[in-house]
Amino acid sequence: MKIHEYQAKQLLAARGIPTPRGLVATTKTEAENAARTLIAETGNPVVVVKSQIHAGGRGKGRFAEHPDLKGVNVVLAGRDGGPEAAVAEVGALAEKMIGSTLVTIQTGESGKEVNRLYVEQGLDIARELYLAVLLDRSVGRNIVMASTEGGMDIEAVAQESPDKILREEVDPAIGLAMFQANSLGWELGLEGDIHAKFVAFVTRLVEIATELDADLVEINPLVITGEGEVFALDGKMSFDDNALYRHPEVAEMRDESEEDPAELEAKETGLSYIKLDGSIGCMVNGAGLAMSTMDIIKHFGGEPANFLDVGGGANAEQVAAAIRIITADPNVKGIFVNIFGGIMKCDTIAAGIIDGINEVGLSVPMVVRLEGTNVEIGKQMLDESGLNLTTAIDMKDGAQKIVALAR
Amino acid sequence: MSILVSKETRLIVQGLGKTGRFHADRSIAYGTNVVAAVHPSRAGKTEIFEGDIDESGVPDRAGTYRVEVPIFRTVEAAVAASQANATVVFVPPAGAADAIMEAAAASVPLIVAITEGVPVADMVEAKRYLGDKPVRLVGPNCPGVITPQECRIGIMPGYIHQSGRIGVISRSGTLTYEAVYQLTRLGLGQTTAVGIGGDPVNGTNFVDVLEMFNDDPATEGVIMIGEIGGTAEEDAAVFVAEQMRKPVAGFIAGTTAPPGRRMGHAGAIISGGKGTAAAKIDAMHDAGIALAPTPSDMGSAMLEALG
Repeated sequence: MKIHEYQAKQLLAARGIPTPRGLVATTKTEAENAARTLIAETGNPVVVVKSQIHAGGRGKGRFAEHPDLKGVNVVLAGRDGGPEAAVAEVGALAEKMIGSTLVTIQTGESGKEVNRLYVEQGLDIARELYLAVLLDRSVGRNIVMASTEGGMDIEAVAQESPDKILREEVDPAIGLAMFQANSLGWELGLEGDIHAKFVAFVTRLVEIATELDADLVEINPLVITGEGEVFALDGKMSFDDNALYRHPEVAEMRDESEEDPAELEAKETGLSYIKLDGSIGCMVNGAGLAMSTMDIIKHFGGEPANFLDVGGGANAEQVAAAIRIITADPNVKGIFVNIFGGIMKCDTIAAGIIDGINEVGLSVPMVVRLEGTNVEIGKQMLDESGLNLTTAIDMKDGAQKIVALAR
Repeated sequence: MSILVSKETRLIVQGLGKTGRFHADRSIAYGTNVVAAVHPSRAGKTEIFEGDIDESGVPDRAGTYRVEVPIFRTVEAAVAASQANATVVFVPPAGAADAIMEAAAASVPLIVAITEGVPVADMVEAKRYLGDKPVRLVGPNCPGVITPQECRIGIMPGYIHQSGRIGVISRSGTLTYEAVYQLTRLGLGQTTAVGIGGDPVNGTNFVDVLEMFNDDPATEGVIMIGEIGGTAEEDAAVFVAEQMRKPVAGFIAGTTAPPGRRMGHAGAIISGGKGTAAAKIDAMHDAGIALAPTPSDMGSAMLEALG
């Protein structure tokens, strides 16, 4: 599960990570008030207005409605014009940003609507570093990644100058050892008091990642200010869905407006659904088979409209929900049902398909490939159901048939 | 011959809930030697399994079975009483990693964890705990391990399998069934089929199983089925290129998967430009692995690779 920057900073700040002072705003007035409060509290007339969406690249992103406007804006007007000049500019920015569509390298061309801003105190930045805690699958442990190239696209840094990425493996029984934190700090070129502050920062960050079952905590950039303080200027966290049950505080931060409504509905029915851009809907049991069903459709010249795993069951209720979700997508011109009935018998699955269709109707061609125990009974049930279905002898046959029918 | 499990396997079931009980019953019907169960709240009692045998399983048995399985509070007690040499974990996600560690502490040589949805951090700890202990973990979030007509551990349908010449390794359950059934219909059959599971942190990887198949005289070829996410397939390709003495056929699921989205399995995600199907397919192709163009062609790709 992903959360917003301001939520990540709340979690981090509450656990002792230094973060800039900031306030959330969902309206122009709230943004103005936030700026006024921050300037009064910090005495710094510089504030930053940041779009809150679940995607990176906001600083370089642009709004579809305002091509000159970036997703993150530093407001300097207060330096010369006083606090009210800053407040006025924040208000003008908020008016344009809220409700507009931000397009970044991570959102895709369609972008994401900005519903929330985070107004933050400005900092006097002397250095920008990169710091992250994430799972390294190859060792089955968390690692700390750090780099002097803060504020950059870290994947590009890893590609172009891999020697600038530092790594330390975290032993789950020990955490990040002092010597590891020390050497990270020194290799980043930090000394003295700032080094000590960095060591405390990174040690705490690793503890928080473990405590909250975060699969990624990324601070990009981590900044050193002119006064020698260490701050998380940005904060990105995502969490292991399987562990959310033990973190109600995190689970409550879910922002459903950031998620596809069809995907949410699917989740509630126990289906795993991801919408894609093609025209052939898929209903499959098992994640690997579901992915490769998309692949085989593409192989035969079609475009999959979705990933959908009905799991091991596929009862009438789930099939009905799956058909409803798939056909709600106006692009769908046909549905391929591909079920390898493992333990579940094919006659049971066929009954589910028939009941499901009878419940919600079917407006596009459907090809059904069934395999498994009692497959002959299952196919016979489908043939005799009077429904407009085509059966397939195997996955390849089914994929070819649905691609032809959906043309 | 086969790998990991055989007629000599003596199996414990950890977690006799609805799923655990159902699949313990299917394993017994298949002819698997289930010798004990661990379920603390029902310790001291006996679970009775009875019914008609699964005829696709161990041959030359009576038509029905009735087995009384003693239930214990701990794995240690179950092993002491039964001389078990394998365990299958059906314990729900919150307790699954602990159950795996308990089995390792009792030195059960083979631990097969079926449970889906185990928190990653729990597996990170369990993996460290297993360390150099002389135990092998398969899974979690996997269909299990089967040596056809000898021993079934897990949740796979028995009847699609046939004793034969090919080893199967896969991260995906239903794609394993797809490959197995193709091999059965082509008359190649399987020595052993191993589902290593779809989670990002797991016990056994492709290379571990490839090594075992390489050393198993009955295995003449191997099908490996991977999917997007991680670099386990790339590592396996290096092993195949350098050390494999038998033909390998393969398939990678997720060519059309969009980056950044978790495709059902927790481990199936393309992130940071890593774990793409294209990179895996290239690595496997360069290693001389015969790639099936579609999942329907896995069996025929194997047949061709055998020459």
